[in-house]
Amino acid sequence: MFDALNYEFIQNALMAGILVSIASGIIGSLIVVNRMVFLAGGIAHTSYGGIGLAVYFGIPIFLGASLFAVSAALLISFITLKQRERTDTFIGLIWAVGMAIGILFVDMTPGYNVDLMSYLFGSILAVSKEDIWFMLALVLIIITVITFCYRDILAVSYDSEYALLRGVSVKFFYTLILVLSALTVVIAIKIVGLILVIALLTIPIYIAERLSNSLYSMMFLSSIISTIFTLFGLFISYNFDITSGASIILVSAIALVLFLLFFKLKESVKYS
Amino acid sequence: MNALDINNLTFSYNRENVLENIDLHVKEKEFLAIIGPNGGGKSTLLKLIIGLEQTKQSNIKIFGKKPAKNLTLIGYVPQNTNVNTDFPIKVIEVVMMGHVGHKRPLIGYKKEEINCALESLKQVSMEKYANKKIGTLSGGQRQRVMIARALCSHPKILLLDEPTSNIDTIGQKEVYNLLKKLNQHITIIVVSHDLSIVLEYASSVLHVNKKMVFHDVSKTRKFHTKEEHFCEVELLQLLGKSNV
Repeated sequence: MFDALNYEFIQNALMAGILVSIASGIIGSLIVVNRMVFLAGGIAHTSYGGIGLAVYFGIPIFLGASLFAVSAALLISFITLKQRERTDTFIGLIWAVGMAIGILFVDMTPGYNVDLMSYLFGSILAVSKEDIWFMLALVLIIITVITFCYRDILAVSYDSEYALLRGVSVKFFYTLILVLSALTVVIAIKIVGLILVIALLTIPIYIAERLSNSLYSMMFLSSIISTIFTLFGLFISYNFDITSGASIILVSAIALVLFLLFFKLKESVKYS
Repeated sequence: MNALDINNLTFSYNRENVLENIDLHVKEKEFLAIIGPNGGGKSTLLKLIIGLEQTKQSNIKIFGKKPAKNLTLIGYVPQNTNVNTDFPIKVIEVVMMGHVGHKRPLIGYKKEEINCALESLKQVSMEKYANKKIGTLSGGQRQRVMIARALCSHPKILLLDEPTSNIDTIGQKEVYNLLKKLNQHITIIVVSHDLSIVLEYASSVLHVNKKMVFHDVSKTRKFHTKEEHFCEVELLQLLGKSNV
């Protein structure tokens, strides 16, 4: 099986898997502690609209999806900050409309039989060198933002009302988290696809949250756990010819179940 | 100079007034308890004082200035400290949120900020827990951490919204004894339901139900009991006001 490492597409897939895991570990942590999982799901599905537009106008898929996802993030940020009570309704709406736009434009593209499944569920074969650079750039941006704004992001996430009282711009950092989530979703499309990305943004993070006592260690641990799941998932995907997204998510889910069982067992031993 | 001056304040969220004609003057080092029925406007009044809600007329003054201009003078302890208990954050990090965001380093926290936070934790006798996860503390301990966070900016006025609503009786006593100690140096304003315990410590009582009635109780403590809990009606009778 180590022969496989000689293929360039496998090397690309592994690189992409690691980069996406780092990004999703950090941003997923922010999404989970801020209770934004549904918002991130909305952004992920909406970005399909961008894929459709990119196919129709012949621009790079990443660019189209990024622009569309970031616009969706800004819109969702605007709505949730303005009108908190009806947030779920609006997100459900944006979620479906984005996908509908994507399908419409793919349909209208003459003679183009785009492989829908690869965007919805991931396709490691499709990772190019340019994709890797794009992913690397995003990971560096995320790490820079977290390094310099950690205390503000921590304050806004833990207690936004108090952060506001201490003069932190809650709206700015809330929007920033959503925009970075949108970009993370876009790079994860190649690996797990836009439907399954939500599991990558929650399962490793949930495990890490149980084991961490600070947001910083949660991000770090999430990235490591996520990398392990992704690489293992890719390995299974290659060997058994399964869609990469599905195998990564199922590996994560099985690991989560084992983790929870282990936790339960440990507790029952402690109290018996 | 008064710690807090409110002149003829009327406030509404939509059309109906939540507060009407509030006139309140709190001296330095006073211990004011704000009581009143649910929906009577207590929390709104508190939010106006700290600047979370804004009025068009600037008739609230903290040490002679608008609340927004005086962030460092105000310490605030929010009502529900039992939310977000799963959040992976250490006690010391919660306390350091209390620092106001100017003169900050490029990355992380300054040494003096960390020392200042540890000092605040010492004031509430929680310094041993500095590196514990916030979710592992009891309700009373968490409440003390929130007070430490408010003390972090060295406020001259401390406002607390229902500080004992989620903690047991022993924890309540501890919190109020702590407030009494802090009251030697700073002004304290507490919104509370728990009348009997508040009255053991407060020097004045404000009853808010859209309008307000102010009672100076610093000299008369004839209603003081240790065992019984008052209901609001009994208390108001004792205070000798029936027009509320």
